[in-house]
Amino acid sequence: MSSAKVWTIAETSGRRLKPVSYELPARGRMLADKLGTRLASVVIGDQVDRNDLQELFWRGVDEIYLVTHPELAGFLVENYSNVLIALIKTYRPEIIIAAATTTGRTLMPHVAVRLPAGLTADCTELDIEEETGNLLQTRPAIGGNILATIKTPHHRPQMATVRPKSTKPLPRDESRSGLIHIVKFNPNWIDGRVKKVGMRQIEETGAGIQDTDVVIAGGKGLKKGENFSLLRELAMLLGGVVGASREAVDRGWISYPHQVGLSGKTVTPKLYLAAGISGAIQHLAGMKTAEVIVAVNSDPEAPIFKVADFGIVGDLFTVLPAFISRLKGGKAK
Amino acid sequence: MKIIVMIKQVPETSEVKMDEHSGTMVREGVESIINPLDLYAIETGIKLKEEYGGQVIAITMGPPKAEKALREALAMGCDEGVLISGKEFAGSDTVATAYVLAQAVKAVGGYDLVLAGERATDGDTGQVGPGVAALLNLPLSTYTSGIVNIDNNKITVERLIEEGYEVLELPLPALLTVVKEISFPRLPTLRGKQRAKKQELQFWTGKSLDLDIGKLGLKGSPTRVVKIEHPKVLRQGKICRVTDEETLVEALDSLEKFLSEKKLIAKEGKV
Ligand SMILES: Cc1cc2nc3c(=O)[nH]c(=O)nc-3n(C[C@H](O)[C@H](O)[C@H](O)COP(=O)(O)OP(=O)(O)OC[C@H]3O[C@@H](n4cnc5c(N)ncnc54)[C@H](O)[C@@H]3O)c2cc1C
Ligand SMILES: Nc1ncnc2c1ncn2[C@@H]1O[C@H](COP(=O)(O)O)[C@@H](O)[C@H]1O
Repeated sequence: MSSAKVWTIAETSGRRLKPVSYELPARGRMLADKLGTRLASVVIGDQVDRNDLQELFWRGVDEIYLVTHPELAGFLVENYSNVLIALIKTYRPEIIIAAATTTGRTLMPHVAVRLPAGLTADCTELDIEEETGNLLQTRPAIGGNILATIKTPHHRPQMATVRPKSTKPLPRDESRSGLIHIVKFNPNWIDGRVKKVGMRQIEETGAGIQDTDVVIAGGKGLKKGENFSLLRELAMLLGGVVGASREAVDRGWISYPHQVGLSGKTVTPKLYLAAGISGAIQHLAGMKTAEVIVAVNSDPEAPIFKVADFGIVGDLFTVLPAFISRLKGGKAK
Repeated sequence: MKIIVMIKQVPETSEVKMDEHSGTMVREGVESIINPLDLYAIETGIKLKEEYGGQVIAITMGPPKAEKALREALAMGCDEGVLISGKEFAGSDTVATAYVLAQAVKAVGGYDLVLAGERATDGDTGQVGPGVAALLNLPLSTYTSGIVNIDNNKITVERLIEEGYEVLELPLPALLTVVKEISFPRLPTLRGKQRAKKQELQFWTGKSLDLDIGKLGLKGSPTRVVKIEHPKVLRQGKICRVTDEETLVEALDSLEKFLSEKKLIAKEGKV
């Protein structure tokens, strides 16, 4: 019988685990240590790479619940929800942490109502309340204007999602090892009604916008679609992905997957560079939690400067090309 | 097709202003609107009706003033509105909300499709749509960005996920939560507005539905908000002004230094 009361949900892509699967144990480890329990990761998929399971142990996990079967290759919420509910009912965890990805934010609410259990979306902070051992979940709400702390006092498990990239994986400790519970597949878990019939790649990497350290975003100040090439070049040099305001997306300068803000994506990169973006409250809602914000805007009164750690008041068509040529080592003065 | 759209009334966030001294939200005079992301669900429903015939029913759970949101949905082209309102629902979290909406959808009955927004801009959880699907055991597509085809009691959709657009085929009835890319919401017409003003709505309370009292409101909500903070939104950033060649060089020197201190670029701008 297992004694791991804190679980994280790993995510797979083909046979590999996604990077966020290694980030979540950093959150889980702290909680498990405070509760004096062990930490487990749930891995659902097909033929998952053994090295990646080992990597989970190196990144702080003590146990793995491994559920693999060809029918579980690829996420379908109906199936994964059945699997997770079966695991929860058998092993009774206290806390489950998943990623606030399209997968996590589909699977977790599905499971939560069926149990029922409390679920807090998109947490920025997780901690244990000392007196009670309850999970304290802090999250932004109302467009980031408030931070709410939420507790689930009477229901178990306590469930939360956290944003990808909001936690660094623990340093790899190759002396660590762990226990793999191979969970017997139950054919009743397969719902069978919904079929995945295809996949269409996005021309650009806009979909990776929540999964990158650097976002270089542009708005109406870019004046036309072609000028996004400036941002693409900068993004390439800094190892990032291009983002955009709604104005830029609505004008057709760049596709919707790149949109940051209230009706687009919420991002938490290490660096968010906003060029020609005024910083409307709906845009800020999607990027305010970036670690470092740099803004380039010709209007000194633009609200984006109120949230910027470094602001350049000036013409982006002067500033960005000069910055690019510096990064290229051109030292153009 | 009979289509049910779940809509929520929310405070208009673009009007939410922060008091710069106290760091708190100024709520006075903030208007209530249809959750902006639900407009895409409404538009999707109306478009499907135009193409395939049938009716679109908007339902909302909320205070009596949420009637306004329903009338707006009618003005856009929905055929009926259902308002579920009552003290017993106060303090509902997403689990309790999903329960009531699921029971309401069941009571409407005979539907082919249930549509919801990706998330509401106030609570910002996106949990209610998947929750209703789970409770009604409806096939679910979240983050739906396009409807490819409806045929033979099956719907083919694209959903926008991190890796691109995933194509799913679901049997009807199904539940979709939709993202902005799926449609461009129309504005209500004058005629629509006039019709909406006169039309009768259905008002339901807890008694109108088959509900387990223990699952309602605060009692039925596993989560509790225990603290609200108003984070300071302002950062005290360094500002450089670029007006000529000289200030440009200064600004970029200083930006480079700043970024390398933060370890975001290697020294001297070499990446
Ligand atoms: C319900 C709702 C949801 C919304 N959701 C989103 C969302 O998800 N994301 C989003 O971004 N917005 C969203 N918006 C829209 C938002 O309110 C703003 O309209 C939008 O963010 C403005 O985009 P922008 O900053 O690119 O354009 P503008 O506000 O027009 O700003 C352009 C900026 O570029 C600067 N500029 C111009 N030329 C130059 C130059 N040569 N060099 C440097 N700077 C220059 C200008 O000074 C200006 O500050 C939403 C609005 C609503 C009502
Ligand atoms: N009280 C409600 N009444 C009707 N629909 C709702 C309600 N709350 C949430 N929804 C629907 O569920 C979606 C997600 O809401 P949320 O989970 O609160 O972010 C919304 O876009 C609506 O479509």
